[in-house]
Amino acid sequence: MAVTAPPVRPVRPVPQVITDTVVKPRQTKRWVEWVTTTDHKKIGIMYLVLTFVFFLLGGIEALLMRVQLSVPNSTFLTGERYNELLTMHGTTMIFLFVVPIMAGFGNYFVPLMIGARDMAFPRLNAMSFWLLLFGGIVFYCTLFFNPPEAGWWSYPPLSSIQFSPSGGQDAWIFLIHLTGISSLLGAVNFYATIANMRAPGMSWGRLPLFVWAILVYAILLIIAIPVVAAAVTMMLTDRHFGTHFFDPTAHGAPVLWQHLFWFFGHPEVYIMILPGFGMISEVIPVFSRKPIFGYKAIAAATVVIAFLATLVWAHHMFASPLPIVVMGFFMLSSFLIGVPTGVKIFNWISTLWRGSLMMTTSLYFAIGFIAIFTIGGITGIFLATFPVDWQLTDTYFVVAHFHYVLMGGAVFSIMAGLYYWFPKITGRMLNEPLGKLSFWVMFIGFNMTFFVQHALGLSGMPRRIYTYGPGLGWSTYNLISTIGSFILGVGILLTIINVARSLRVGKIAGPDPWKGNTLEWFTPSPPPPNNFDVIPRVRSVEPMRDIRRQVERETGVTQKTGGSERFARV
Amino acid sequence: MASAVAVALLLAPAAFANFITPKAGGSPNANKIDSLYKIILYIAAVVFMIVVGTLVYSMFKFRAKKGAVAAQIHGNTRLEVSWTVAAALILVAITVVTFVKLGGIINPPNSNPGVVLSASTTQPTPPNGKQVTICVQGRQYIWRYTYGSGCLNNYFTNKLPYSYQEMEAPAGATVVLDIQSTDVIHSWWVPSLGGKVDAVPGYTTYTWFKALHPGLFHGQCAQLCGRNHAAMTALVNVVPPAQYQAWLNQQQRLITQANDRVGALRQYLTQSGQL
Repeated sequence: MAVTAPPVRPVRPVPQVITDTVVKPRQTKRWVEWVTTTDHKKIGIMYLVLTFVFFLLGGIEALLMRVQLSVPNSTFLTGERYNELLTMHGTTMIFLFVVPIMAGFGNYFVPLMIGARDMAFPRLNAMSFWLLLFGGIVFYCTLFFNPPEAGWWSYPPLSSIQFSPSGGQDAWIFLIHLTGISSLLGAVNFYATIANMRAPGMSWGRLPLFVWAILVYAILLIIAIPVVAAAVTMMLTDRHFGTHFFDPTAHGAPVLWQHLFWFFGHPEVYIMILPGFGMISEVIPVFSRKPIFGYKAIAAATVVIAFLATLVWAHHMFASPLPIVVMGFFMLSSFLIGVPTGVKIFNWISTLWRGSLMMTTSLYFAIGFIAIFTIGGITGIFLATFPVDWQLTDTYFVVAHFHYVLMGGAVFSIMAGLYYWFPKITGRMLNEPLGKLSFWVMFIGFNMTFFVQHALGLSGMPRRIYTYGPGLGWSTYNLISTIGSFILGVGILLTIINVARSLRVGKIAGPDPWKGNTLEWFTPSPPPPNNFDVIPRVRSVEPMRDIRRQVERETGVTQKTGGSERFARV
Repeated sequence: MASAVAVALLLAPAAFANFITPKAGGSPNANKIDSLYKIILYIAAVVFMIVVGTLVYSMFKFRAKKGAVAAQIHGNTRLEVSWTVAAALILVAITVVTFVKLGGIINPPNSNPGVVLSASTTQPTPPNGKQVTICVQGRQYIWRYTYGSGCLNNYFTNKLPYSYQEMEAPAGATVVLDIQSTDVIHSWWVPSLGGKVDAVPGYTTYTWFKALHPGLFHGQCAQLCGRNHAAMTALVNVVPPAQYQAWLNQQQRLITQANDRVGALRQYLTQSGQL
């Protein structure tokens, strides 16, 4: 651009909040500040750190199981230890990692993205976090006594007092209650915040897609959590107070538990993945330098998925005593959910199409997510076809399927979100080459671990067995899978190193390193406690882009960003 | 990669059996599940190629270059409606195929002529109502099989022959399994002979197989049933009908002999005051 003396105006690259640092005498110790905080950003950071710790614990449990399964007739673990690890891994990853880490991202970014100064109920928000912590502590204390052994699905009668007499099962019930209340309070808070505290001009049609996802996440939690809360309470009274809801020896029904549990359990799957979809919907347009393709379709698909998510639970129970007509219904409803999910995938790819892709680590993870999630979605169709499911359910095929959806889906989207938002949270950039290395190691390790598990399931290996004999054709696949799992672990470790390094020596990010679209990039990095001194009026789905354009129009100077240009091959 | 997957698909029935397709070959229901699976697999492979192909293409084609400007497209209603409809149509096709195949998977055929050994009226039933009934009872951590109709009503007083872990079955006969559990939930599964059926205490579930040829089929409990779940294996030894009948008679004789010996011992112990 030819710079020919534009009309003189003070150049301000990006609208800055002028009072971003308020000097006040420190009255409280730093840890007291963290413990007593009601600031959504601090609570968000605590959520992210705590859930990541649980992610590592769950990951170590997974690696121990993979070591046990690497060779036939291994004696590394006993059946008892293996069942404990299996229960802890599943419970940790679902209740203490994926669901709450989405609440962590939501906590930090929902108020910023909708132009609010905090959540609607800040103290309730703090309570959500502390309940989660206590839930995790209650559960992990069982390590010193008897961890639960009946699996994260805890089917009775195996989880009844007769077959699981230890207190570990009760600790599991307590964990479900504590994290359930935590999620419910968080959900009510998100709903109230999004419904009432949006910036002027931000109509429902201008809500960022991540916020749409968190809104639907909240609604699904409100629908699903009370059901599992009731079910585990019934289990508790069965175990200790003489009721027989699930006890077949007294005309109770073990299958009733399965219905109640999966009525919660399947929406739970979408509770875990929809916020991930939301992050992908934020990351892809920013790094394609293009508006999201079909905003309304993606938002609508999110809502439709949530609706259908409450109608598909029995596809987890195709081997249970169910009439064929019921199986047919749940097959069809499960197929239906493939349509809005497919729509989202097509829309993301169309957003990349004819864009100008800045290949950042965040976009690497987003694209990796689409490829992996597509496989997970397709294997879902096999499992939804109930006659085929009779061969596949409860085998390693299912393990592969849901790790493609949750590990490859949710975790890769979390990684995309982490690399995208880390500069906003800390004010420093993550190292891009190290991030890309982490991506490739994770991508290879992930596919090595889980792709062969499809083959394991098809060749007849059931889930949840702690060992197997030689000569069944499973040994090679298992060894490959175990090696892959350690590669995957190294990949995750690289990101941890990246984070630890960047916290101290990362490049300063500036307020808007990526040329973002949404309002969180309007604030300094990290944002001040009140987020916004002035809340801008929102005129489109991409308010930050409008602001940037307006400044360019008024100053005639192309807006520089906080340093992301060096990643683009310009 | 596309060609590699294509080759893999072509070779699927032979070299890659059990790698990308389920186990089959023992019984018509397992074979029909396998062929249904393959139809879905072919459709899925095409969808996967298109989606990931487009993804990879755009990743290289639209990488930021000097002077390249991203097209500011917000959407395309006609395109979006058409891929929604296309996705739905694929699923309708899979639904139709599934229901076409379903009958062969859930309804047992008649036994081969001349190999019918006993008859009962327990469901599911082949068209001529003649079948071999075997009761399968799951317990921590072993499968117990009771042979013959009426096995569901009383395991012990009918003096039916029974065995543990290894099931004998006649080739060519339609075998109906009545599945129960005495303690926790187990899941009956012999991959080559068909899909899983849970054994849930308080319920009776059913499945069937019609072994196409003699052979030894391996299976395993597929629902976590406790610490030794991994050891709860099952073997189905399919033998010619005459051999099956001979085995039943022998088993019956051995059980009777053992019962007689136990009875005699009990009588001796009672009379001598030790019991």
